[in-house]
Amino acid sequence: MEIILAFVIGGLYAAAVYMLLRRSLVKILIGLALLSHAANLLIFTVGRLTRGRPPIISPGAEDLAVPYADPLPQALILTSIVISFGVMAFALALAYRTYRTTQTDDLDAMRGSDSQA
Amino acid sequence: MSLVLVLPIIIPMLSGVLTLLAFRSRIAQRAVSMAGSVALALAAVLLLAEVAEAGIRVDRIGNWPAPYGITLVADLFSAVMIVLTALIGAAVAFYSLVSIDQRRETFGYHPLFQFLIMGVCGAFLTGDLFNLYVWFEVMLMSSFVLMALGAERRQMEGAIKYVTLNLLSSALFLAALGLLYGTAGTLNMADLARKFATLTTPESQGLVTTLGMLFLVAFGIKAGLFPMFFWLPASYHTPPAAVSAVFSGLLTKVGVYALIRVFTLIFIHDAALVQTVLLVIAGLTMVTGVLGAVAQYDFRRLLSFHIVSQIGYALMGLGIGSALALGGAVYFIFHVSVSKAALFLVSGLTQRLHGTYDLKQLGGLYRSQPVLALLFLVPALSLAGLPPLSGFFAKLSLVRAGLEAGQYLSVAVALGVSLLTLFSMIKIWVEAFWKPLPETGVTVAVPIREWLPPLVLLAAVAIGLGLGAGPAFALASRAGAQLLDPAAYIAAVLPEVR
Repeated sequence: MEIILAFVIGGLYAAAVYMLLRRSLVKILIGLALLSHAANLLIFTVGRLTRGRPPIISPGAEDLAVPYADPLPQALILTSIVISFGVMAFALALAYRTYRTTQTDDLDAMRGSDSQA
Repeated sequence: MSLVLVLPIIIPMLSGVLTLLAFRSRIAQRAVSMAGSVALALAAVLLLAEVAEAGIRVDRIGNWPAPYGITLVADLFSAVMIVLTALIGAAVAFYSLVSIDQRRETFGYHPLFQFLIMGVCGAFLTGDLFNLYVWFEVMLMSSFVLMALGAERRQMEGAIKYVTLNLLSSALFLAALGLLYGTAGTLNMADLARKFATLTTPESQGLVTTLGMLFLVAFGIKAGLFPMFFWLPASYHTPPAAVSAVFSGLLTKVGVYALIRVFTLIFIHDAALVQTVLLVIAGLTMVTGVLGAVAQYDFRRLLSFHIVSQIGYALMGLGIGSALALGGAVYFIFHVSVSKAALFLVSGLTQRLHGTYDLKQLGGLYRSQPVLALLFLVPALSLAGLPPLSGFFAKLSLVRAGLEAGQYLSVAVALGVSLLTLFSMIKIWVEAFWKPLPETGVTVAVPIREWLPPLVLLAAVAIGLGLGAGPAFALASRAGAQLLDPAAYIAAVLPEVR
């Protein structure tokens, strides 16, 4: 399972970098979304994959039976999903406003802030 | 629970919430924002006094014991950075009252500003790396909106670059966090430091160093290091001057703070390699930043390139890594944030008076606004490092630490860049203040009296830090010595482990 996920993560990173290198603003945003998915899956995988062993102490037992699934990576991922959702919503709104203001979504055409005033 | 550690986060949060509740009333928002800034300044001084007296203070949120719950930790470095945040926050909040236009105010400038300050304070206080990521996002989210608020064409173009590259850096940070958790099984900084201290095999050592480099890239983008600073001069000159000032004073410094924190606490075992890498990056950052600055004719673009250049000095302190160098870096960060924020505020005033940031279209300000000229000269000369201003002592300590460590090349670069810094400050002086106003220049007759108090405050701090360099530097040295002693930090956060 780890092998499959490793390929999926690698593929997501490759796709994200490819999209980030495009000139179109929308594609860059898709790239950023893929990048955060890749990071989330990465946390999930390196936090060890354990199937069918919830981190719940069974009735009568004193301790968790090893091995059990580590709940912390999932909490981290949940937090980061919420954050990236908010950030992505803002980025989309920003991209739309930028398109309305500049009438282009080509980053090469957005040089107003780079050139001399 | 000690209240003094939580106050620097709670006060801006409350101010932000109250300004949101008073969204319809500009006057109420302004009053809350002022009260919040002053209260934060008091809380920050209180925190610094307590940490200076009682040593490292730790607070467990929700009383969860240290490696499991989130801890807030304030050592001297954190406390000094909190005081810096409160100082710059207050100066810019007061400046915003006169400089921010009504439209931006009605669309939530004040709440965003307070939440930005909250994010910065949280980042300085947290003792948990994932929590640091969350505070980074809080800070970034507010800064994104502040950057884009107003929706002028240049602002939107700058904001796109700023947002994309900062999100990229956040994603890298997140990936590094995941890998770090997979390696060490914890994200509490003190616990990480403790676990990595027992690493013995070269394989695991290599993995840890690789992780350190990943963090260097993630924080380096945020701090504006060479070669990852290009978003900074492309965006910092587009929002109103007050926003530029608070960004320049605080945001890149959070990146530098995070670098110093992880490379003095967690990734300290491959020091030779890491320090060489840091010194090379520091030198290149200083040189490219200042060369970019020298070529500029836009007041704020010139200053933006200078931010990059000055970050190099702070990194050089980290790269040398002795107590003197780290103390120098702490002192330098404080000094440069104050001076840079003051210069951005001056640029806002010149724009108000002559309607432009273009140095070629400015002129004659020495004659028409002598007080403003003086208030420009103090931070400008301080930045260039002329005694008796704060910049001189900051650079002196870094240069001395460099000589003691035998890093002659870095010292030579630092001194050469210093000269170019002076040159570019003189360029602003000649263009904006000394030469007569060009015939194409516009003059707007506006009273500027109420714009000056924040500038006077920051200039007074720059002078005070220079004249009172003895006690100020003693405090910075103590902060530096504390950074070099991770054992004390670990013992404070995890008392029951020892």
